[in-house]
Amino acid sequence: MATAATTTHSGSPGDPPEPSYLTVKRGFRNWIVTLDHKRIGVMYLIGITTSFLLGGVFALLVRTELFLPGSQLVNEQQYNQLFTLHGAVMVFLVIIPGLPAALGNFSLPIVLGAPDVAFPRLNLFSFYLWCTGAALLLLSLIINAADTGWTFYTPYSTTTGTAVVPAVGGAFVLGFSSIFTGLNFIVTIHKFKPKGMGWFQMPLNLWGIYSTALLQVLATPVLGITLLLLLVERIGRIGIFDPALGGDPVLFQHFFWFYSHPAVYIMILPAMAVMSDLITTFSHKHIFGYRFIAYSSIGLASLSFLVWGHHMFVSGQSRLAGMVFSALTFTVAIPSAIKVFNWVATLYKADIRLQTPMLYALAFILLFTIGGLTGVFLGALNVDVHLHDSYFVVAHFHYVMMGSALIAFLGALHYWWPKMFGRMFNERVGQVCAILIFIGFNTTFLPQFVLGSRGMARRYFDYDPEFTSFHQVSTVGAFLMGITLVVSFGNLVYSLFRGKRAPRNPWGGSTMEWQAPSPPPLYNFYAHEQPVLYPIYDYSDLYWDETEGGYVRRPGAKPEAEGYEP
Amino acid sequence: MSASEHGHGHGDQAGGHGHGEPQSRFIQHHFDDGAHQFESGKLGIWLFLGQEVLFFSALFVAYIIYRHNHPEIFQYAHKYLDVKMGAINTGVLILSSLSAAWAVRAAQLNQQRLLVWCIVVTLLCALGFLGIKYVEYSAKVHHHTLFGKRFAPTEAPDGTEIEQPDATPGKTEGGAPAPKEPLNTVGGVKAQPVPGAAGPPPGSAPVVPGDPAASKEEPASAVSGVGVLPAIEAQKTAGAAIDTHASARPPPNTGMFFTIYFAMTGLHGIHVLGGVIVFIWLLIRSMKGHFGPKYYGPIDFAALYWHLVDLIWIFLFPLLYLIA
Repeated sequence: MATAATTTHSGSPGDPPEPSYLTVKRGFRNWIVTLDHKRIGVMYLIGITTSFLLGGVFALLVRTELFLPGSQLVNEQQYNQLFTLHGAVMVFLVIIPGLPAALGNFSLPIVLGAPDVAFPRLNLFSFYLWCTGAALLLLSLIINAADTGWTFYTPYSTTTGTAVVPAVGGAFVLGFSSIFTGLNFIVTIHKFKPKGMGWFQMPLNLWGIYSTALLQVLATPVLGITLLLLLVERIGRIGIFDPALGGDPVLFQHFFWFYSHPAVYIMILPAMAVMSDLITTFSHKHIFGYRFIAYSSIGLASLSFLVWGHHMFVSGQSRLAGMVFSALTFTVAIPSAIKVFNWVATLYKADIRLQTPMLYALAFILLFTIGGLTGVFLGALNVDVHLHDSYFVVAHFHYVMMGSALIAFLGALHYWWPKMFGRMFNERVGQVCAILIFIGFNTTFLPQFVLGSRGMARRYFDYDPEFTSFHQVSTVGAFLMGITLVVSFGNLVYSLFRGKRAPRNPWGGSTMEWQAPSPPPLYNFYAHEQPVLYPIYDYSDLYWDETEGGYVRRPGAKPEAEGYEP
Repeated sequence: MSASEHGHGHGDQAGGHGHGEPQSRFIQHHFDDGAHQFESGKLGIWLFLGQEVLFFSALFVAYIIYRHNHPEIFQYAHKYLDVKMGAINTGVLILSSLSAAWAVRAAQLNQQRLLVWCIVVTLLCALGFLGIKYVEYSAKVHHHTLFGKRFAPTEAPDGTEIEQPDATPGKTEGGAPAPKEPLNTVGGVKAQPVPGAAGPPPGSAPVVPGDPAASKEEPASAVSGVGVLPAIEAQKTAGAAIDTHASARPPPNTGMFFTIYFAMTGLHGIHVLGGVIVFIWLLIRSMKGHFGPKYYGPIDFAALYWHLVDLIWIFLFPLLYLIA
């Protein structure tokens, strides 16, 4: 903590409030060596948003190409490269690190009332691993972008002439970034929980981050070794995945999905976690079924390790294995449904405020339900034989990965934006954007369910003319969504310069981060006023204060734990 | 969390550099006290070891699958390994684990000289292990007992010469093997795209095993694996046949054993190398007297890591060297 230690207080005797983390030590050089979890979170956010825009451009290029049958913009090879880059960038650079590394990094210690994560140096190291991974993916793009799809299936990935090595190397490095972030968060939650906050007084956001972190630590290493073997196979022809030398390419698929199925939950669990907090905050009502939501996070994390085989129903897996994996896949629906039911029950008779983050939360519930239920279709063996590798699958996982995980990311970003930067964004613009993104999303992906069930295969460059109209609707929706996303990011950036100053608690949140100043000082809370642990999700003491412009606690509100220490 | 005898507000800096403070100066300011930092570090290192186990797990799974599919390869090829070297290395690593554990105790008891010596012994053992491994690896290079296609020894494990019907000794590395190579024709089927898999119809053109051009035709889709299974069956029977003939010639795809051997011992070797770097860092710090009863976390964590590296080798040694 060398840098952080030298930046304490910076000469303020106490009464004029400490400078915020954004202004405490200015300059590019202080940012790149910072150990402050908030600054690292902001740096992640910049990197991830940039990658998101890049991945979005690839997606729009793919959609433009598919506007009409035949070649419009690119040739077959370039098309393969485009969808590979879109997938790899969105999965490895955006969705997996999005909620945990960027927003989780920012919020986790503040929610715990702690000054930082357990291992600040490791945190910075994870960020630089992320940067290295991103640079390697970019290198692949510059040399000759990989065209294998983001799954890097052998034997194609070991034989294609494109730059697979930097892309796989990038994914490998990004994996370790994810592992170290997860490790850091687990230790932080275990060891920095304030006294008086038991496991079941933890905000549900933390349960989600915790289950995600477990997956990051336990699943990602398997991806690491798989990609390492793939690299050695490609460079040295060691034969482990090469049938000509006695190897087995299906083994690659097993290893890959042993990680990549839990990875789906690395994407969705933090999204669900944020949802629990958003829905209760904007309903001003205690969450319904706290324990069920908490347990279902852990349940999903555990089940996610047992269902990887459903990606290989048609890859020569034995019939028995197929049946077992299919049955296990259905069980995933139970904890997912528990969450959805509890969120809906929270909304019942609640005092709902339809502010921007809440609109994203409601969109999430709808889109996740569609994404989840179509997953049940795909888990059924005979249906999957028909639908696998079709646009139905594409639509399904976009509903989960984009419609759920990224929508939650946007909701969470709007939710914590005032806390991160101390500025309110334009509420009306935010609301309109949220609605348009929801419409654009459904316009893009609902037709793809129809396309898929009628036989349009995924990853195809060309298609039969009968599919044209569906593809065109989908492309129009994609552009609507793309433009709205740019506007909503513009709205956020604009608020940095022209936004109203944010109060401490603009939304009426009950968790501890809303007691911190917006933006928080270096150690998250002023030295002279430590946070108080109030009962979790209790909104009875919170009321709107006009002079403050935000929510405040009724004086004399009783803290939960008498023995509470920050 | 343990009771904090003296409250470090988080504005406090690093325990005031030890002046009259019972805390070590290496306690970072965001921890309550030394115990808090130590416990956090301990949980962190255990999680790290958990991910290390999973990192290796895929290789163990690959080992199990290939050994189950091709027991004859493992039974034949393990004889190329030098059990004596492996046993010495096992002893060396166990000794280093002892000295690493002893280093932790020395730090806890503030035995500074002993601490330095324990770390030196651990380091020397680690380097000795790598040295022996180097000798083993270079022997493999020399005898052409390498992974995949580069497996082309001229001698069987017992020293008898392997018949070379087509007289292609000392194949050049990297290039495709001669198409009529006996090692590959036995399982010739396997190199062909198997009926059922998408791709060029079998027999349409002579497919050279491992020729990238051949497999390029196959789509990257999931289908590619389907056709492989019958081929594996075919190899299995072919392999069994060879075993009963008891010829000195290696079973087909014997290179797979060395693929796994090099993947597992190589990754383990990289971890040993990582341990060497960590222990050099600890040696420097311990010579400066940084460690003591109040602050010995890094030694403890490095020792835990080192025990895991040792433990993995203890599994690797019998699995690779001592196949019955």
